[in-house]
Amino acid sequence: MALAVVIVILVVGSIIFHFASPWWFTDIAADWGTVDFVIDVTFWVTGFVFIAVNLFLAYCVWKFRQAPGHKAVYEPENSKLEVSLSVVTAVGVVLMLAPGLFVWATFVSPPDDAYDVEIIGSQWQWQFRYPGADGVLGTADTQYINEANPWGVNPEDPNGQDDVVIDGNEMHLPVDTDVRGLLRSKDVLHNYTVPQFRVKMDMVPGLVSYLWFRTTASGSYDIMCEEMCGIAHFMMRGNVVVEPRADFEAWLAQQPTFAETQSVAAPSVAAGQQAYAACATCHGPNAEGNQALNAPRLAGLQSWYLERQLNYFKTGVRGGQNDSNGAMMAPMAMGLDDNAIRNLSAYIASLPARPATGTITDADIDNGARIYSRNCAACHLDNGEGTWYTDAPHLAGMSDWYFVNQINNFRQKIRGAHANDLYGEQMVWMATAMADQDEVEDVAAYLNSLR
Amino acid sequence: MSFIKQVTNKPWERKGIIGPLRPVGAFPVPAEKVALSFFLVVVAVIFSLFSVSYFIRMELSDWAPRTEPAQLWFNTGLLIISSILFQWTRNLLKRGETRNLKTSLVGGGVFAIAFIVSQLLVWNKLRAEGITMTSNPADSFFYLLTGLHGLHLLGGLWVWSKTTIKLLSGNAEPKDIRLSVELCTVYWHALLVVWLVLFGILANT
Amino acid sequence: MAYVPLADQEQELHHPHSWVTKYVFSQDHKVIAIQYGSTAVAVGVVALVLSLLMRLQLGFPETFSLIDPSSYYQAVTMHGMIMVVYLLTALFLGGFGNYLIPLMVGARDMVFPFLNMLSYWVYLVSVIILMASFFAPGGPTGAGWTLYPPQTSMAGTPGHDWGIILMLASLAVFIVAFTMGGLNYVTTVLQARCRGLTMMRLPLSVWGIFTATVLGLFAFPALFVAAIMMAFDTLLHTSFFMPAIIEAGQPLDTAGGSPILFQHLFWFFGHPEVYIVALPVFGLVSDIISTHARKNIFGYRMMVWAIIAIGGLSFIVWAHHMYVSGMNPYFGFFFATTTLIIAVPTALKVYNWVLTLWEGDIRMNVPMFFAIGFIFTFIHGGLTGLFLGNVVIDLPLSDTYFVIAHFHMVMGVSPVLVFFAAVYHWFPLMSGKMYNETIAKWHFWLTFLGAYAIYLPMHYLGFLGVPRRYYALGSTDFIPESAQALNANITIAALIVGAAQLLFLFNIIWSLKNGKKAEHNPWGSASLEWQTPDVPPVHGNWGPKLPSVYRWAYDYSVPGAHQDFIPQSTPEADEPTVDEQHFDPDHDQSKADI
Repeated sequence: MALAVVIVILVVGSIIFHFASPWWFTDIAADWGTVDFVIDVTFWVTGFVFIAVNLFLAYCVWKFRQAPGHKAVYEPENSKLEVSLSVVTAVGVVLMLAPGLFVWATFVSPPDDAYDVEIIGSQWQWQFRYPGADGVLGTADTQYINEANPWGVNPEDPNGQDDVVIDGNEMHLPVDTDVRGLLRSKDVLHNYTVPQFRVKMDMVPGLVSYLWFRTTASGSYDIMCEEMCGIAHFMMRGNVVVEPRADFEAWLAQQPTFAETQSVAAPSVAAGQQAYAACATCHGPNAEGNQALNAPRLAGLQSWYLERQLNYFKTGVRGGQNDSNGAMMAPMAMGLDDNAIRNLSAYIASLPARPATGTITDADIDNGARIYSRNCAACHLDNGEGTWYTDAPHLAGMSDWYFVNQINNFRQKIRGAHANDLYGEQMVWMATAMADQDEVEDVAAYLNSLR
Repeated sequence: MSFIKQVTNKPWERKGIIGPLRPVGAFPVPAEKVALSFFLVVVAVIFSLFSVSYFIRMELSDWAPRTEPAQLWFNTGLLIISSILFQWTRNLLKRGETRNLKTSLVGGGVFAIAFIVSQLLVWNKLRAEGITMTSNPADSFFYLLTGLHGLHLLGGLWVWSKTTIKLLSGNAEPKDIRLSVELCTVYWHALLVVWLVLFGILANT
Repeated sequence: MAYVPLADQEQELHHPHSWVTKYVFSQDHKVIAIQYGSTAVAVGVVALVLSLLMRLQLGFPETFSLIDPSSYYQAVTMHGMIMVVYLLTALFLGGFGNYLIPLMVGARDMVFPFLNMLSYWVYLVSVIILMASFFAPGGPTGAGWTLYPPQTSMAGTPGHDWGIILMLASLAVFIVAFTMGGLNYVTTVLQARCRGLTMMRLPLSVWGIFTATVLGLFAFPALFVAAIMMAFDTLLHTSFFMPAIIEAGQPLDTAGGSPILFQHLFWFFGHPEVYIVALPVFGLVSDIISTHARKNIFGYRMMVWAIIAIGGLSFIVWAHHMYVSGMNPYFGFFFATTTLIIAVPTALKVYNWVLTLWEGDIRMNVPMFFAIGFIFTFIHGGLTGLFLGNVVIDLPLSDTYFVIAHFHMVMGVSPVLVFFAAVYHWFPLMSGKMYNETIAKWHFWLTFLGAYAIYLPMHYLGFLGVPRRYYALGSTDFIPESAQALNANITIAALIVGAAQLLFLFNIIWSLKNGKKAEHNPWGSASLEWQTPDVPPVHGNWGPKLPSVYRWAYDYSVPGAHQDFIPQSTPEADEPTVDEQHFDPDHDQSKADI
């Protein structure tokens, strides 16, 4: 009896929940209204069955409950009824399946003139490649991947030279355009999902998968990885900007071609050394850092990391509100042009990396090692050297007090939350691997002890 | 009673005992044989899935097929003889003869052991030539499939050794080992078929 | 050799002499069943705790720091694998299969009691290996329960060295254990039925367990094959599944392998696995519903055919887990069609359960609460499956919380409700005691309503696009703040449901000692397992003489009978005579050719 009532309440409650729920598909930004249509059809069919069968169930439970003098009816089967129910079910299935297959047929055959964009996934970053003036993407393969060529473009292929390459998590697309995404992975399985586009597809190392959509609304949308790809899977984020064609063309024109990225002049270490004189006041003549001035050790950091951080300070991505130490650095970076930043970074990277003096005395280094190897080593490597591949800076022997500062900044979203900090959000969340201040210090002491 | 006829029965219509002591639909053989048949289906599924994987993997670019060593033909011969001897043992037991029984039973096992040893020699030779588990996926599959087949045969030899020891030590009359020998014989034939198929696949691709 | 019918054979039963051979290394199927069941439940409790840790992280990401990203993924993986393989498979086949098959087919034991015992101990070894990975360096694997290569063995995945090897070893050992048990179940059902028990007279429980076992025997090899090749890839760096890839900036020395091949093998096992769990559940719940509704299961024949059809179809739907895996997308047409076809026999089963209630005389005993709860959750879970099976809808919904909600509803909550129904139903037989009904009803309401409160909203997180396997959501432009509130509520519901299971454990353990003595056959069940001379049945089950079967398992409320059930082992002679008024010529016994 109670159960019959509860089932009715659950059915009614589910319907109310459904219609009152603010949680529903985000606004669509691609021409896949047909997918939404199939979902609607399925909702109507299954919703009807859900209501009808459950109400009938509740009715039976109530009506045929045990009562004095009541006896069950002996009825082994009723083939006619069972067959008709099966037929009705089959009709319902066809009703849902048929439109589904039609839409799938559209999905598997992209238009011939779709705009090809290559989307590359790696642990836990995105990269992109657009066809150059010749309209053709050059061949690519894992064997060509290195620090200077993270996309793996075949350097011998003439078609690839004018390809526009993006080494960052943001892609742009023109609006009202059929886009075919060619998906590649450099390491494990990944997945390209933009909820507003409604479609997704896995990226598989060793082959090129594809998906397509017609962009219909300008805007900026998140790219999510939706295939488990390792420890930072949940933080493999990117961004797609859909904009009017003219804006898109302008953006594309600013991006380097593959050939350009391969022929950049080497930075001048000598010029960097001259420019460093200004930095030495705080960071020390050998970039060894000075805690009294809140200047961290810089020696040992990779040049690409230094360049990026200097640019962040210069453009206000770092050193903003609440970051008092960062605010001291920001004006220093303001005066540097791109070339100066490159030279300076190259010089600092060339300095011998002596471990900074440890300042934390009562830390549990073993615990720090445990936390580090479980959560941090995936990007920063076991020896703390970091790698360009995961955009992870060198940490071994770093200033422990600075590490504590920065982790606290990440945890409080002082650092890493800026929209243009492409990689910072990963640290905001990975930093939670350290449960409290003690654990942060444990890891700091461990890193400081790494040689 | 056919399966279709059985499952279209309306069981509520008929009361009373149906069928003899043996339940309707049961196979007129010992339970061990039924279980062995199911086990052989499991084995067949395992090797089929490996073969399917083999054919799928073969299509990929880095596959470098190799000519199988001629010694495999010789090994195949050993396994065939082993199988024949088991069949012979089974027939002897069926007819109730005891002459040659020990020879044929021991011989069946010995030839199977010889097969395994000879397979290991092939492995050794290949390894000496630099063909290892990791040199090419085709080689990986070669070691995997031959190894797995050998392991199955070892499982059979375990049963064979128990049976043989029982017979030779005089702890068992020939009739006591009849079921074991019958099961072994079926198993040996099945593994021979598996080997012939594997060999066919390996040699032709 | 002269043929000796098994059912009539004086089986050489292993006669236990000491406590050890009676309760530890026992060859009695009932003891083995309870060993299987309690091991499965124990390991399930571990998985339950893992899920609660995950829920605390998801519901209150900035409040609790119980787990770091690494342990989150390890919890995800171990929770999934334990629940699917080590709990549900072992519980329904090793537990209920073992307990019920010999009793329901009227046999003294399984046909190979020693193998049966071995099966349990090998299963225990697999569980120990799995649990050992919690203590191994690097911890258990965190690759997700699907263990997709290449990431399983790569540095960015927790437990990529020891964890994954122990997982693969444990799975291989489990499969050996399952095969030993499975051969036993199949052979016992086929060969050891008692006199008069045709296949179509078997209770649906046996049909479900039997078919599921056959599926398992054919499906587990796929996992075995995949595990072996993956072990070689991990240990020896072969390239079965490993393509040329970069690990932390350095190229690996593998090339050419196909990660998608692994997925095909995995799901060729993985999808039948769903039915390896579901079919026994279908069977058990059918019998429970029929008994407590005092009515024959409606449409027995179609129920059997549906079990067989679902079992067969389950082998040709596997790639519906791979619609967006990067496999040839044209496969989508085929697999979407086969997948939705499965809906027809499955729906028919649901209709027949409800139609069994129709014009029944429903006793709202505790098992019936759970059984009806199951119908409700199974309808819900089955219908959401139609979304995911329809290939196009998979584009927005795959790898979101919709998938999580769907399979937990259909494969988590539903089987678990039937597990409880079955324990409450057969507990009086297994222990000879009754449980506390009040606690059991509390257990039902908390579990049933709590589970719905967890999973109904979770579907809507999926519609929203919240991806699964995310340690934290971070900031996105499509997930509103309110989703976090929803997550927090789901976590609270999960904690309540988790705690409610303590009621169950308490009730069972307490009742074993202090429960009221159960009557013989307290539910008035017609099937054979309740007709043993002793309750609980002793070793050998049937006393000196094996039973004979005279009718199907569902003679409830037969017109003219003086009680509302006639046990399968009741001969016609003992059947009360039919009174003139209700005489039905179709049921004229003289016409039956015996």
